[in-house]
Amino acid sequence: MKQQELEKSKEYKYGFTTDIESVRAPKGLNEDVIKFISNIKKEPEWMLKWRLKAFNRLKNLKEPNWQKPKYPKIDYQDLYYYSAPKSASDKPKNLNEVDPKLIETYKKLGIPLEEQKRLSGIAVDAVFDSVSVATTFKDELTKKGIIFCPISEAIRNHPELVKKYLGSVIPLTDHYFATLNSAVFTDGSFVYIPEGVRCPMELSTYFRINASETGQFERTLIIADKGSYVSYLEGCTAPMRDENQLHAANVELIALDDAEIKYSTVQNWYPGDKDGVGGIYNFVTKRGACRGKNSKISWTQVETGSAITWKYPSCILQGDNSVGEFYSIAITNNHQKADTGTKMIHLGKNTKSKIISKGISAGYADNTYRGLVDINKKASNARNYTQCDSLLMGNKCGAHTVPYIKNKNYSSIVEHEATTSKINEEQLYYCNQRGLNQEEAIGLIVNGFCKEVLQQLPMEFAVEAQKLVGISLEGSVG
Amino acid sequence: MLEIKNLKASINSKQILKGLNLSIKPGEVHAIMGPNGSGKSTLANVLSGKNGYEVSGELNFKGESLNEIPVEVRAQKGLFLAFQYPLEIPGVNTNNFLKTSLNSVRKARGEKELDTLAFLKIVKEKSSELGIDEKILARQLNVGFSGGEKKKNEILQMKILDPYFSILDETDSGLDIDALKTVAKGVNSSRTKQKSFLVITHYQRLLDYIKPDFVHVLSDGKIVKTGCGDLAQELEKTGYKKLN
Repeated sequence: MKQQELEKSKEYKYGFTTDIESVRAPKGLNEDVIKFISNIKKEPEWMLKWRLKAFNRLKNLKEPNWQKPKYPKIDYQDLYYYSAPKSASDKPKNLNEVDPKLIETYKKLGIPLEEQKRLSGIAVDAVFDSVSVATTFKDELTKKGIIFCPISEAIRNHPELVKKYLGSVIPLTDHYFATLNSAVFTDGSFVYIPEGVRCPMELSTYFRINASETGQFERTLIIADKGSYVSYLEGCTAPMRDENQLHAANVELIALDDAEIKYSTVQNWYPGDKDGVGGIYNFVTKRGACRGKNSKISWTQVETGSAITWKYPSCILQGDNSVGEFYSIAITNNHQKADTGTKMIHLGKNTKSKIISKGISAGYADNTYRGLVDINKKASNARNYTQCDSLLMGNKCGAHTVPYIKNKNYSSIVEHEATTSKINEEQLYYCNQRGLNQEEAIGLIVNGFCKEVLQQLPMEFAVEAQKLVGISLEGSVG
Repeated sequence: MLEIKNLKASINSKQILKGLNLSIKPGEVHAIMGPNGSGKSTLANVLSGKNGYEVSGELNFKGESLNEIPVEVRAQKGLFLAFQYPLEIPGVNTNNFLKTSLNSVRKARGEKELDTLAFLKIVKEKSSELGIDEKILARQLNVGFSGGEKKKNEILQMKILDPYFSILDETDSGLDIDALKTVAKGVNSSRTKQKSFLVITHYQRLLDYIKPDFVHVLSDGKIVKTGCGDLAQELEKTGYKKLN
């Protein structure tokens, strides 16, 4: 798995594999593998039971197939469900103790931990393959009573919080991939912000897929207690490989009274090669519950990678006056496919939601916005505004908008606006005449098109995301 | 500076330019006048290298053939076109656009790229020189600009990029007298022995403010008459018909 993959890494900037020996569970999906995972994570009995319950439920579930992008049948018995860098069993306490190979990998990714610590003030809970290897800024967060740790650690050290909230937004009995995740999830982040605390820094995790043929099953749980605030960043890059890889993460957010959670994602996983061979299947379930009154959850996503992106970060607006937001950029190039959007479920009074979606298609790609705005009978004065813009480059790609609106309350207002446009040759000419080459011009125009969403990203991410927008569309005009 | 020999250009198999010859030396200002449909804008587009035309003939810019050179490289070499209809690019900050543009031109010239501070200094200097409110540069590129603002913005860009050769494609159309003066100032203040201009216009009015060295009349894809400044005044009286 080592050298030849490095050789192939030219096309995809982040396509490299670190040759750290992996500890693996045997291939296949069965009770023994689940017990193996639970055991290696030193989980308490209740957690194993929870996993097995999910596994039993899974036996009666079928994969959904209503989505637009179709994919070849996945053989779940042919996947590895656990793999960890060997050195992780002996946890490092500071950067000097971290495997230098890992540090090197971070550097290639442009995230040297020591520099991040010093310059940007981000606490990074870095997930390398499936185990968290380094957590920084822990002390500062601990002083405020904030818990930011790998979820496996939270299961052992904060069982009361995990028991109360895990699966409370995405139930065990949800759809196939979410339930699969509940059975076999390996690691991820756990965040708890206590009452009245404003998290002093952006919390950030970088996920990477490393060992070959390993499905990644991340699990993230974020709880913002009354009157608290947190901004969480998630960024992904993955090494080059030929075989499709399944990624089925679950992310659950819970905002109590007057709390706010801002969750930002930049997803740049291996999209497959120019002919659509390989690439990640990014089938992710992200859901937030605005459980308390006046609470707010805001999702921002920049999706540029993966062969197939299939996800709907959603908000359940339970508390009165709660607010849900969804800002999305989905870029598909070559043979990439995306079916993404959001669900805004209005249950409480005076709940508000806003959806801004920007889809960009190039090459042979296909991009679908699918969204649900569901206003319950009791959600008086609910308000939704949706804007979906699609940009097409060339004439072999596709853009689709599929909005579902269910409104059961007379006092509510729902607005939906949608546009589809082609990248304008005259605009490109104008930029070229000012000395910008084709790719710079496209980057500029597309960044302008996406501006409303890019503005939502925290500073640290905005720069990276803008570059990514340009990189993702390289070679799309010829 | 620019040598055009027997330039022919067609679009969608329709021939627009039918053998045009023109020679512009460094430091000269040439005006091109002519009736609608005579090929004025096509000439501007073809000189800038716009795609979609079938072009034959010779184009030499500063001793180099332009024939196979793409639009952006021509721009980087110091050829500027002030558009008749400047494009709106939503979401793109005008300052950012200009900075990117200036730096790509500088890079091509082998000069150091400017940081934001140095760039803004140049902007301040040039905009006050032209009497243009630099606030328009904080807005999205040409979005919601009035006709006059768009044209002023083109001239400001010209000043900042400091090209060797500038083409003004009917920059004066639809401008009030104050905006017209701004445009003229943009050209006149840059007139040096090294810089040349090709001013395309319908009206003699602009040439009251920009005194050209030569005036050419373009008709049916060819230059049919060349004179000095007073040719424009003559045309104003007699019209183009008499020439055909």
